[in-house]
Amino acid sequence: MKKLKLGGNNILLAITVILFVVMYAGGCIIYADKGFTHLQTFLNVLINNAGLIAVAAGMTCVMLTGGIDISVGSLIAMDCMFLAVGMEHWGMSSPVLMILVLVIGAVFGLVQGYCVAYLEIQPFIVTMAGMFFARGMTAVICKDQVSIVSDKLFTAISNTKISIPFSGYVNKKGIYQTPFIRPTVIVALLVVILVFLMLKYTKFGRSIYAVGGNQVSATLMGLNVKKTKLLTYTLCSLLTSIGGICYCLNTMCGTTTQATGLEMDAISSSVIGGTLLTGGVGNVLGSLVGVLINGTISTLVKSNGKLVSSWANIITAILLCFFILLQAIFAKVKESKKA
Amino acid sequence: MDKVKKITKMKLFLPIFSMILVMMINVIYDIASGNPPFGFFSISVNNGILYGRLIDVLNRGSEVAILAIGMTLVVSASAGTDISVGSVMSLSGGLCCMLLAGYGVTNVSEYAVPLWVGMLAGIAIACVCGLFNGFLVAYMNIQPMVATLILWSAGRAIGLLLCNSNIVYVRVPSFQFFGAYCGIIPTPILIAAVCVAVASIVLKSTALGTYIQSVGINKKASRISGFNSAKIILLCYVICGLCAGIAGLVATCRIYSADTNNIGLNMELDAILAVALGGNSLGGGKFNLAGSIIGAYTIQAITTTLYALGVSSAQAPVFKAIVVILIVVIQSQPVKDYFKKLSAKKAGAKEAA
Amino acid sequence: MDSNIVLSAKGICMTFPGVKALQNVDFNLRKGEIRALMGENGAGKSTLIKCLTGVNKFEAGEIHLDGIDGPVVNRDTLDAQRKGISTVYQEVNLCPNLSVAENLFIGREPMTKFHTVNRRKMNEMAAKLMKDLDLDVDVTQNLEEYSLALQQMIAIARAVDMDCKVLILDEPTSSLDDNEVAKLFVMMRRLREKGVGIMFVTHFLEQVYEVCDGITVLRNGTLVGEYTIDELPRVKLVAAMMGKDFDDLASIKQEGSGDKSKEPLVIDAKGLSHAGTIKPFDLEIHKGEVIGLTGLLGSGRSELARAIYGADRAQTGTLKVKGKEVSIKNPIDAMNLGMGLLPDDRKAEGIIGDLSVRENIILAMQAKQGIFKKIPMAKQIEIADKFIEMLQIKTASRETLIKQLSGGNQQKAILARWLATNPDFLILDEPTRGIDIGTKTEIQKLVLKLADEGKSVMFISSEIEEMLRTCNRMAVLRDGAKVGEISGDDLTQEGVMKAIAGGGK
Repeated sequence: MKKLKLGGNNILLAITVILFVVMYAGGCIIYADKGFTHLQTFLNVLINNAGLIAVAAGMTCVMLTGGIDISVGSLIAMDCMFLAVGMEHWGMSSPVLMILVLVIGAVFGLVQGYCVAYLEIQPFIVTMAGMFFARGMTAVICKDQVSIVSDKLFTAISNTKISIPFSGYVNKKGIYQTPFIRPTVIVALLVVILVFLMLKYTKFGRSIYAVGGNQVSATLMGLNVKKTKLLTYTLCSLLTSIGGICYCLNTMCGTTTQATGLEMDAISSSVIGGTLLTGGVGNVLGSLVGVLINGTISTLVKSNGKLVSSWANIITAILLCFFILLQAIFAKVKESKKA
Repeated sequence: MDKVKKITKMKLFLPIFSMILVMMINVIYDIASGNPPFGFFSISVNNGILYGRLIDVLNRGSEVAILAIGMTLVVSASAGTDISVGSVMSLSGGLCCMLLAGYGVTNVSEYAVPLWVGMLAGIAIACVCGLFNGFLVAYMNIQPMVATLILWSAGRAIGLLLCNSNIVYVRVPSFQFFGAYCGIIPTPILIAAVCVAVASIVLKSTALGTYIQSVGINKKASRISGFNSAKIILLCYVICGLCAGIAGLVATCRIYSADTNNIGLNMELDAILAVALGGNSLGGGKFNLAGSIIGAYTIQAITTTLYALGVSSAQAPVFKAIVVILIVVIQSQPVKDYFKKLSAKKAGAKEAA
Repeated sequence: MDSNIVLSAKGICMTFPGVKALQNVDFNLRKGEIRALMGENGAGKSTLIKCLTGVNKFEAGEIHLDGIDGPVVNRDTLDAQRKGISTVYQEVNLCPNLSVAENLFIGREPMTKFHTVNRRKMNEMAAKLMKDLDLDVDVTQNLEEYSLALQQMIAIARAVDMDCKVLILDEPTSSLDDNEVAKLFVMMRRLREKGVGIMFVTHFLEQVYEVCDGITVLRNGTLVGEYTIDELPRVKLVAAMMGKDFDDLASIKQEGSGDKSKEPLVIDAKGLSHAGTIKPFDLEIHKGEVIGLTGLLGSGRSELARAIYGADRAQTGTLKVKGKEVSIKNPIDAMNLGMGLLPDDRKAEGIIGDLSVRENIILAMQAKQGIFKKIPMAKQIEIADKFIEMLQIKTASRETLIKQLSGGNQQKAILARWLATNPDFLILDEPTRGIDIGTKTEIQKLVLKLADEGKSVMFISSEIEEMLRTCNRMAVLRDGAKVGEISGDDLTQEGVMKAIAGGGK
């Protein structure tokens, strides 16, 4: 009975999905000889971007309220360094450290959220300060690169392969390769599902959309706008920390320059995934597709071999520009229809 | 009490107060570590050039000061920030060096094209970036921070591509001159001074300042009075791009190479901080260029002081973060309201007494 | 309390710093009654609404609601809503990005056992509500898919569903077309039958007489009277709102220099209109003429002026300035043709708050000269001083920030801004609002002087006497359209009132 009306917002999401399918199909055709058609290529995109997926989910929530959080990359770097130093220099166990990292993330988000919601400071400025702070604290914790080798549990999780029992292939050496994913992928996808359910079915989730749609109306309808915003930023940093753990399981080290520019990837994934920068419209599933597109571009560029990795940045930026312009045009069309 | 109020309300209070604070910290540190107490201020001439921590601050702060000019106008007119300036710096430096060295070449000691061609190209591409940003903000009504996000990521990448992902060295004396010394004074200081002077003259002798402030303070009233706010906002972004181009060339000449990964890295944040520290409201409206310039050098002074205190360049951002938060919290409406209430209560208590 | 009365407010007093917004105002609403609340600018309508809904804490008076013993004190809008007073504003206060059902139930959604929103139940309840109110709406669609009129009715539906006894509609019809207004009235009548008391705040005279049972008139923060619709024919209503006792209208000598209709045309507008604000109108203005625009607040006076000036770009029709056909896209085009507009809302469209008095005065002049030709400081000072003297602007210095001046002095400074451009055709929208009586006379004399010098002036004011004193002719507006002109012998208070009030009794 529910018509999937092709309203402006659904169109954006549709474009995103089509774009991904086209890109991936293109890659399969062009780079078939380089193994693009193997399931593992797709799974690798998931594995390499597990952290980003979790971050993008959190970023989507913040953007839904009409705000933004550019501290996420630096927060991940801080988390990774904390984990690395904790395991290598302080001799703490990884479960304890992981819980601490989550707590740090939540507190970080709480402070940022307070400044945005109750002190009414622009989100960009607050999270810029947060970015500075976290990036600097990473260096304060330790100036040098720290590799994670000691902790058995952490290393084990990092090396775990979860096999997918189909669609394997025989590689050049004649050995059968079973496709696999890692635990981080499961965590990331779980985060996406939980956030999706939260946004759709809980009061908190709906109030996020309401606040982003029209803050004045939300207040008049009795919603606690400030509390909603506070919780959203807290959630975002918490999810970022989860992403940080995944990221660390991937890189197995802590450095001061880790995850620079990751906030950019998270934002562009969300925007490409159909989240409006003005707030109120967006879907965490779209952001997931946005991350996949991001990852596919990187893989395409790498498969080409001749193109330098900067091309991935440029293509993403062009896509971002395209989607921003599209959103702006849609908004203008809506305005003129109203009048 | 009233005198204190009067002083704090002065336009340039915040930047000057901050600068004095930083200098005092330096003096205290010098005294504590047994150095001559005003070592911060000592200037000497060695090997035919000026030496001294003060000179260092003025020298290294040149790029931020130039950026602050453009950023001030952008913040004033559009209540937004241009976060692409750092990447645009990298892009202009990259294009300039690429042209001067020839595409694909990474090390030259003479020019492949005349110097002025390379430099002009660098500045031109920066202006084009400004035009792009300005168009999105002024005519497509996209939020400034979002519009400039595009070049923030693309600018550096394009610069890298132009230089084939290499660092291109231009070891020609006339090129290095712009980052080195003009007589005894470091050239960047002169370039920054010239930019600031030109900006001040333009603002004083044309009505540009009035136009920008008017549009920033009350767009509707400005329109009724005949201003075209879109054109003015576009112009501000182009000027900001121009400043980024100049700053980019200065940074490139300083190291006589196009290190596109590092030139201008995070400098947009320093520029925004300079504007805020200069007493300008990040919500747009009235601006004070002198404040931003003082703010720019203050930030450089903070950075230099931190290094002198043993804080590494990677750790310095923590202090910058604290400074940013302090400034914006004080400027925020709820805090202002709180202090208003307090002073109203005091006034009420005084009257009752 | 009389069991027929659903809301009784008595003796409400509300003071803001320096301003007595409401003095001893009563408002009584019966069950199943639609009562209009009317008043000109500064009457206190929105202040009264805010007092009733708990946004303002009033100092004196009491509110009684049917079903609640003792005086009612509302802490905020939510509290008022729970007690049965709901307000629907002109800007629909719902979230366009959420579905209709969610908008109806946000904040009070039906929940499942697992503490999640029971969407199915919510959609069912919403659909039933829409059916009850005879609204053909798919509750699963987003609110923004529907027209503004429907959105307003959905907003009303939300209020109604929250068991409201008193429904306050604040200017609900301003953005609706005739069809949509008719639909709204159907819904209002249905609610009336259910016993809901409706406060209908509007400035559209015709609508009041179409749907209301009674009218309460406020003026300058005081209660003029509470009437039934039969007791108050149109002309008496206009008189009550403008503060004139109908039987006691003395004719005021018109001091303008008579008929200017032989002079060349400065402005010749045919069929100009702007969607949503002013319907197509024709207007001719001669050289040296002072033309007044009169009508109730909201009748379209400012909008007509703005359509000519290009502030709200005219979408139809033609305009000839001094005989030549022109196309005005922006205010600067109008300024270059010799026009100027003093807007009625000086805070929003007049003052550039953080700039000095001097900068504000030379602003329009500077705009005409362009960016590169800066007016030299010496000349700026000269001009600023000249007008500070001429209009007696009370300011500590010409460099004082304009936002620190009193309202009246701000007004004078903005007037100076336009006089400095030496326009051929000057539009003054409520130029004397908030100005002391002495300066009011000065301004009126100034208008006459401009006319003598061959300039044309369009004078918009809510005070009929000052217009009668200065204008050669008046155009009458009602409900967003120009409905006529008055000149010659008809230029009397009585004549103007009758023209504003319009036909029917």
